[in-house]
Amino acid sequence: MSGFERHRRSARVIATFTGFEADLLRSLASQMVELLRNERAEPAAPSADAFEALMAEFSGATTIPEDPVLARLFPTAYPDDEEAAADFRRFTEGGLRDGKAGAAALIIDTLEDAGLPEELREDGLVIDVELTPDEAETWMRAFTDIRLALATRLGVEAGDEDYWHSLPEDDPRAQAHDIYEWVGYLQETVVEALMS
Amino acid sequence: MSAASPVEVEPTLTPDEITFLAKPWVTLVWDDPVNLMSYVSYVFQKYFGYDKKKAEKLMLEVHTEGRSVVSTGTREEMERDVQAMHEYGLWATMEKAS
Repeated sequence: MSGFERHRRSARVIATFTGFEADLLRSLASQMVELLRNERAEPAAPSADAFEALMAEFSGATTIPEDPVLARLFPTAYPDDEEAAADFRRFTEGGLRDGKAGAAALIIDTLEDAGLPEELREDGLVIDVELTPDEAETWMRAFTDIRLALATRLGVEAGDEDYWHSLPEDDPRAQAHDIYEWVGYLQETVVEALMS
Repeated sequence: MSAASPVEVEPTLTPDEITFLAKPWVTLVWDDPVNLMSYVSYVFQKYFGYDKKKAEKLMLEVHTEGRSVVSTGTREEMERDVQAMHEYGLWATMEKAS
């Protein structure tokens, strides 16, 4: 595991992943895309009349999402003003969702363009990723969203590292936390590469 | 490359901050257990154009005090800033300056 670094001559941000790592990243990014797209479809119930469905599509959400992950990704902008908060959400949440889904989709597309097959079968596969600074920033934002999602599901709190490391290795929550830390490590290396 | 001693000559106030005109709204960024300190500092530099020193001061304020005012301006400007912070995954809110 080596993370990202800045290639001096091309100024690209580069990393090498094993097939397993690339497959894991793709899976995380796919879950993010699915999460962001799923709840959007909700206001338009299948039985709603066509006009109502159309309006729901255009008007955008006004209340905080029920899913705690989405609530964290789209926080309330005006904590003390419900009406202003609803307006802000109506005008921003759709665009933010598209941006975040697009960022996660870029990870998937980049990995697949770099040779990650639809289904990982062979051992010893190596995936080389080369990103422009703009692409690297997009990856970095998607890493943030993925980490926020994992942390919210796991209930990560400040200074709780010892707790997670004390869990038995085969505990699925410990494994999810390892992934959370790994994505954090990758993100840190992207920040360093972009700052260098 | 880095400047030899930026500390003495770096003005701490930008013209924007010393204006006496009303700037009635602020953007706040709140601490969370997830976002990396280096990333938060990067976002403050990249989006607001703050220098490293100012970005790190604000980031540390978020970290130690739980929140920090990261920008000041009109309501419309602050809505743009809050939206941008949400794009970066930071937990941001806005309110009238007290």
